Amino acid sequence: MPPAPNGRAAARRRRARSIGGTVLSLVLTLLGLLLVTFIIGRVMPIDPVLKVVGDRATQAQYDAAYQAMGLDQPLYIQFARYLGDVVTGDFGRSISTGQLVVDDIKRVFPATVELATLGTLIGVLIGVPLGVIAAARRGGVVDQVARVVALVGYSMPIFWLGLMGLLVFYGILGWVGGPGRQGIIYDGMIPTVTGLILVDSLIAGDWGAFKDAFSHIILPASLLGYFSLAYISRMTRSFMLEQLSAEYITTARVKGLSERAVIWRHAFRNIRIPLITVIALSFGSLLEGSVLTEIIFSWPGLGQYITKSLLAGDMNAVLGGTVVVGTCFVALNLLSDILYRVLDPRSK
Amino acid sequence: MTLLSVRNLRVSFPTRQGTFEAVRGISFDLGRERLGVVGESGSGKSMTGRAILGLVRPPGIVTADRMELEGQPILNLPEGRMRRIRGRRISMVMQDPKFSLNPVMTIGDQIVEAYRLHAGGAKPAARQKALEMLRAVQIRDPERVMGAYPHEVSGGMGQRIMIAMMLAPDPEILIADEPTSALDVSVRTEVLNIMDRLVRDRGMGLIFISHDLNLVAQFCDRVLIMYAGRIVETLAAKDLHQARHPYTQGLLNSLPRLDAPVDRLPVLQRQDSWREGDTITQSLETEFPGGL
Ligand SMILES: Nc1ncnc2c1ncn2[C@@H]1O[C@H](COP(=O)(O)OP(=O)(O)OP(=O)(O)O)[C@@H](O)[C@H]1O
Ligand SMILES: [Mg+2]
Repeated sequence: MPPAPNGRAAARRRRARSIGGTVLSLVLTLLGLLLVTFIIGRVMPIDPVLKVVGDRATQAQYDAAYQAMGLDQPLYIQFARYLGDVVTGDFGRSISTGQLVVDDIKRVFPATVELATLGTLIGVLIGVPLGVIAAARRGGVVDQVARVVALVGYSMPIFWLGLMGLLVFYGILGWVGGPGRQGIIYDGMIPTVTGLILVDSLIAGDWGAFKDAFSHIILPASLLGYFSLAYISRMTRSFMLEQLSAEYITTARVKGLSERAVIWRHAFRNIRIPLITVIALSFGSLLEGSVLTEIIFSWPGLGQYITKSLLAGDMNAVLGGTVVVGTCFVALNLLSDILYRVLDPRSK
Repeated sequence: MTLLSVRNLRVSFPTRQGTFEAVRGISFDLGRERLGVVGESGSGKSMTGRAILGLVRPPGIVTADRMELEGQPILNLPEGRMRRIRGRRISMVMQDPKFSLNPVMTIGDQIVEAYRLHAGGAKPAARQKALEMLRAVQIRDPERVMGAYPHEVSGGMGQRIMIAMMLAPDPEILIADEPTSALDVSVRTEVLNIMDRLVRDRGMGLIFISHDLNLVAQFCDRVLIMYAGRIVETLAAKDLHQARHPYTQGLLNSLPRLDAPVDRLPVLQRQDSWREGDTITQSLETEFPGGL
């Protein structure tokens, strides 16, 4: 029995409106982000004109550059111009590298994405089962171990763990590659397609390069994965505990289902949806928060790029990088929102 | 014939203030009949049902002198063996369909799961069986309901779906824990009639838990009255108005009656002596129909 056609149309309208609302809030968030980066760019005690003309320029040269950069215009016009630039992908030129900021970001961002992706993968593949088992055997051995693992993950300084990891696994045992993304012999040998070296080396069919890249990424990725695991396993555990006390779980047990089916088929199915948000947020925080890891492992990623630029007073690069990270965060939120709608039957 | 035989069943929970006994030594037999269990909130009705199914979670402790299903002891069986009894031989319908069905699984999948777990067989056959069960509980468009999610059906439908699901593997005993308390009166009668017919057709034993004495009197053959974890009285439903225990009388008097209207209903005055003392039995014949 198909529902009345006008009922279906109404449902479609409702859904369109709710998606419209999401997009609108997305645009507003991005606008807010750009406003903040714009203001930071103006209030920083760094004279952008001086950075361009150098400190030996004459007053006339200085004034000319000042006007050319539009700094004599009212602020709202400057902001409108800034918006226009950003939308067309123009973040200006980096003073320290002399390249367009966009090109710099295209080069460094894939390194960060590769690291964060592998880190999140480790966090999910270990953290989710760990959280589920900890909740299912509450107070048991696994629960206690998971608690300690998460506590250590929360409280250890990452630079210390990173240095120790390098010392032990690279310095003493020699199991992994050292700092950087690649060994010297493979540097620049793999044609860039995606910018993710693991993927590109597979595309090129170069097994040796893949193994080399893997041996370099595995230690920093495990480190990030550990932090992501600490967070994801705790959240999974508390989501699971909430579901396991629900009435429908008793129903499943009354049916005579095995404990495994009760946990995975019934309870876990109900936490997939909030878990997606947690994983997306964790991934987002690895994208922006792996600065220390990138520095310790000389990882040529966005975190390192932004930090170096900041220290050099290179505001175009800093703001460009910030906009990219912020946009990623917003996009991840949107993605988890969409998946939520697709997976939760109650949202249809 | 006795399906289920329970002697001196106790359920206790260790708490900070010492051990709390939710069920304090109850005994009864269940044949192919409808047995009502009535008592106020917290009197241990649900715990009794859960104890029979082996679903009292730790730290709860269940003990009994005897708990037998058709002569087979079922107390503290290993999980694996208990699982083959749950659903297949003893099943339970729970109070609130809103919370008792998995919100992210289709109704069809949930019924099919219950059926296939015990009957096995291919999916299409199980689907046919599920459709048949939905028709048996008078769901009008079973095809649509099979694909629906629990939030898409009404409370009355949800309760009938729950009954269909729990009866699909054809258990010998059904425990219905306040199966209609979330429903309004007109739907309640309908659901009860459906359950009554199915239980009778299949010759099942029914344990009907409720706090509604009137309902139980209409619907059941025999009634156990529980108070503070004990059975204080057991009698045939038709003899309810000759109840002798003051608690039962109190419950009866605090119900409005059309044939004897009063301005103000009396409030039940509980007495400590009810917590202890013997079970009042109308006759041994009604308490243990199979004989002792
Ligand atoms: N995990 C537990 N720990 C301690 N006491 C418990 C626990 N679970 C239940 N109880 C107690 O057991 C007693 C009996 O509970 P039960 O659920 O059987 O009551 P009931 O007769 O079904 O009441 P209702 O009509 O409200 O459903 C209650 O007093 C309750 O507080
Ligand atoms: Mg109850």
